Amino acid sequence: MSPHQDHDHDHGHKEDGSPLNYADDSRHDVDETSHYPLMVEAIRQLLVEKEIVKAGDVQERLDFMDSRGAEIGAQIVVKAWTDPDYKAQLLKDGSKAVEEFDVPMGEAVLVVVENTDKIHNLIVCTLCSCYPRPILGLPPDWYKSKTYRSRAVNEPRAVMQEFGTIIPDTVTVRVHDSNADMRYLVLPARPEGTEDWSEERLCELITRDCLVGVTVPSAN
Amino acid sequence: MTEASPENPMYQTGDSVGIIVAHPPGHRRVPNYIKGKTGVIERYCGAFANPEERAYGMQGLPKRHLYRVRFNQTDIWEDYDGPKADTLDIEIFEHWLKGDKS
Repeated sequence: MSPHQDHDHDHGHKEDGSPLNYADDSRHDVDETSHYPLMVEAIRQLLVEKEIVKAGDVQERLDFMDSRGAEIGAQIVVKAWTDPDYKAQLLKDGSKAVEEFDVPMGEAVLVVVENTDKIHNLIVCTLCSCYPRPILGLPPDWYKSKTYRSRAVNEPRAVMQEFGTIIPDTVTVRVHDSNADMRYLVLPARPEGTEDWSEERLCELITRDCLVGVTVPSAN
Repeated sequence: MTEASPENPMYQTGDSVGIIVAHPPGHRRVPNYIKGKTGVIERYCGAFANPEERAYGMQGLPKRHLYRVRFNQTDIWEDYDGPKADTLDIEIFEHWLKGDKS
């Protein structure tokens, strides 16, 4: 086992855009000949040999994940911002509403939670790293870190502040622990001053972090 | 959507429920921080195969009822440093809930 995989530590990585020390380990220093990478490869080969999965299935899944990202989430949000009927449908039945964006939710159910001037939503999975992968792809390292997972439920305002997000005390912070079969996506509030913006320009405001709730889009 | 479970869900939105305090061995989907706390059913999510059995290669059937339960943060953490209105929602299977109806 490499020294980077058997304990929690904070290096202050910034490679995934996090301003914080939220990485348990980082991909660049994983030794591919160490215990876990070798075990993963052995299991992958066994699954293929036993015909439980096809060799191509694994790569296909990886390619699908790599094709996901904030862009699809941003398009969903902009449609909700500009089409009240779509927004109502998205909040009522998220899984169905995102079908038109070619997002297969599988067995999971998508719950879209709306930020307003009274409520701010934040997503975490304390037990592992449940995340709306069909929309956003693989979660960032900080989302998977024990630091984020434990602190987001216990002191969400302090965590968000470290991302540069200050939520006034007049706004309720609502944390969603994504620990079972629902997957969550935050519908950010449309910033003031963007009334005459094009959809393309609006899309550029919406980052992955906005869709998890650690930041909010800003027109400035 | 999921198939209907043979029995109707025991709880409805607005019902007050407690989370059972238990520490059975094996894969469990209820984090310790929420055990023993009391919240309110936010919504019924549907019936899902039991992940605590699926983790061991079983099918997890019959499906179990799943709810989202809302808690006041100040009821979860004694030292919660934020407004009293702050809340936390978490998904809990029916067999981890206790309320007036169970």
